[in-house]
Amino acid sequence: MRTIWIVAGASFKESVRDRVPYTMVVFAVLMIAASYLLSELTAGQDLKIVKDLGLAAMSTFGLVIAVFIGIGLVSKEVERKSVFGLLTKPVSRTQFILGKYLGLVTTLAVNLTVMTLAYYAVLFYMDVIATAGMRASWAAPALDPRQLVAIVLIMGQLAMVTAVALLFSTFSSPLLSALLTSGLWVAGHFNGDLRQFEQVVDQPAVAWIARALYYLLPNLAPFNVRAEVVYGLPVSASHVGFTLLYALSYSSALLVAAVAIFRRRDFK
Amino acid sequence: MSAAIETEGLTKDFSVGFWRPRPYRALDHLTLTVEAGEVFGFLGPNGAGKSTMLKLLMQLLYPTSGEARILGRPAGDAAVRQRLGFLAENPCYYDYLTAEEMLAYFARLFGYRGAEVGTRVARVLDEVGIGKERRLRLRQFSKGMIQRVGMAQALLNDPEVLFLDEPMSGLDPLGRRHVRDVILALRAKGCTVFFSSHILSDAETLCSRVGVLVQGKLVASGPLSEILAFELKGWELVVGCGPQLHAELATLARTVTPLSDGHVLLHLAPDAEPDRVVGELTRRGAHIVSLNPVRETLEDYFVQVVGATADRDASGVGA
Repeated sequence: MRTIWIVAGASFKESVRDRVPYTMVVFAVLMIAASYLLSELTAGQDLKIVKDLGLAAMSTFGLVIAVFIGIGLVSKEVERKSVFGLLTKPVSRTQFILGKYLGLVTTLAVNLTVMTLAYYAVLFYMDVIATAGMRASWAAPALDPRQLVAIVLIMGQLAMVTAVALLFSTFSSPLLSALLTSGLWVAGHFNGDLRQFEQVVDQPAVAWIARALYYLLPNLAPFNVRAEVVYGLPVSASHVGFTLLYALSYSSALLVAAVAIFRRRDFK
Repeated sequence: MSAAIETEGLTKDFSVGFWRPRPYRALDHLTLTVEAGEVFGFLGPNGAGKSTMLKLLMQLLYPTSGEARILGRPAGDAAVRQRLGFLAENPCYYDYLTAEEMLAYFARLFGYRGAEVGTRVARVLDEVGIGKERRLRLRQFSKGMIQRVGMAQALLNDPEVLFLDEPMSGLDPLGRRHVRDVILALRAKGCTVFFSSHILSDAETLCSRVGVLVQGKLVASGPLSEILAFELKGWELVVGCGPQLHAELATLARTVTPLSDGHVLLHLAPDAEPDRVVGELTRRGAHIVSLNPVRETLEDYFVQVVGATADRDASGVGA
């Protein structure tokens, strides 16, 4: 386990010294701040807009970072042959893959934490300047801690997307990995529709394929509870628990596949 | 002596071509034993399969058939890797790290902790001659400096067996001398060194045994003293004389090559009795600049073996 964490630490350091994630986080923070300005233009919807845009910015920029770094996580090492130095040390290929994954997940967690702090800072400011009348019109308090549930689920989704990107990174080029990962991310948000597909088609083979795809493709819709959080609607603990368990299981399965592929690879 | 490295029928096929892939044999049933404490030079022209062999030994590649054992254990064994050092050809490391940081990272992977990490890193950086540059990021390093960092990372764990793939590549004469000294020091300590090279003078200086690889096949292997009989091939005599003597020189030597400053290089046959030739030339007014015996070198042997293999393959013998 120590070896995995050492590899993860180096992977984290690589991300920290890469300017792209910084740029993304700064951009996200700016966007969260800008949402406040936008909210000024709307009457009575100000807090809703800030929450909606803020959470969307976290999710989107987190996704961009996960895909951007994840797709090169393994393929870049193989391409530039730095993998030779590492795999000739007492590091198994399994430890290498898991270390790389944990390094990026840690990076994402830190980035998401920075974005969360910026998000809550804007909300805190709104709370301070709000009048009693404004507060009464809000569907949920500005600093509602339930928003953290949405953020935790965003993190779960990012962990899953990272595993997808890492899997593709073990056998394809960064560009192809980016396309495949983004494609799966889009498909993952419409996965629920596949379940209903068998009710609208007559052919059993097509229905069977749709059902197989439903189970095979990542289902990312349950991770999006932004609307519930913004409107102060309840999000059940069981939903959060099962969704995170799903993220853990799906990511684990992808990592097993990534390890299986990587262990068989020749490095010319 | 026990064997440090053993391979038995080690073979590696690659698939080449995208639309119609066909097999390409990079290494062909290579059987080799390197004893503990030896410095073994693995020689061959470009594309002979030297790097493939090293990657198979480090399990960066998997063999198509055959097996390799290092220190009595299968190649790739995690416990054995703890006792090995490896320097890849044209190494590439993490350019966002400094030399110190990268080596500290690798030292921790070897299981070192706390102050031991810093001590080892400082020691190997001193050994390869990296001074204050150790605090610079690797992206600022020249090719030669990266090669030195590569050498340093290969020495971090005091390896029992060290694999070096073209260790002199990209180094200036000073750097090459440095690496040569490091290898000689390791040899003195009893470390087994297996290195591939096509710089034959280095192999001649460092190796106790060599193997010659041509087109994936081991065509010769053995101690340098056996491979090279150090047979006398002739004499090289440099004399200074006026142009009136040039015509006579041709009768004494196999070849006559004018050099600068009125000097002339004579190649004499092995049985030319150099004392007699020197006496004769001195009597006629020439002055002797130098006289050296010419013996068979590893390069001669290499050219001969590689040439013979290429000729045999071209004529289809042994196909």
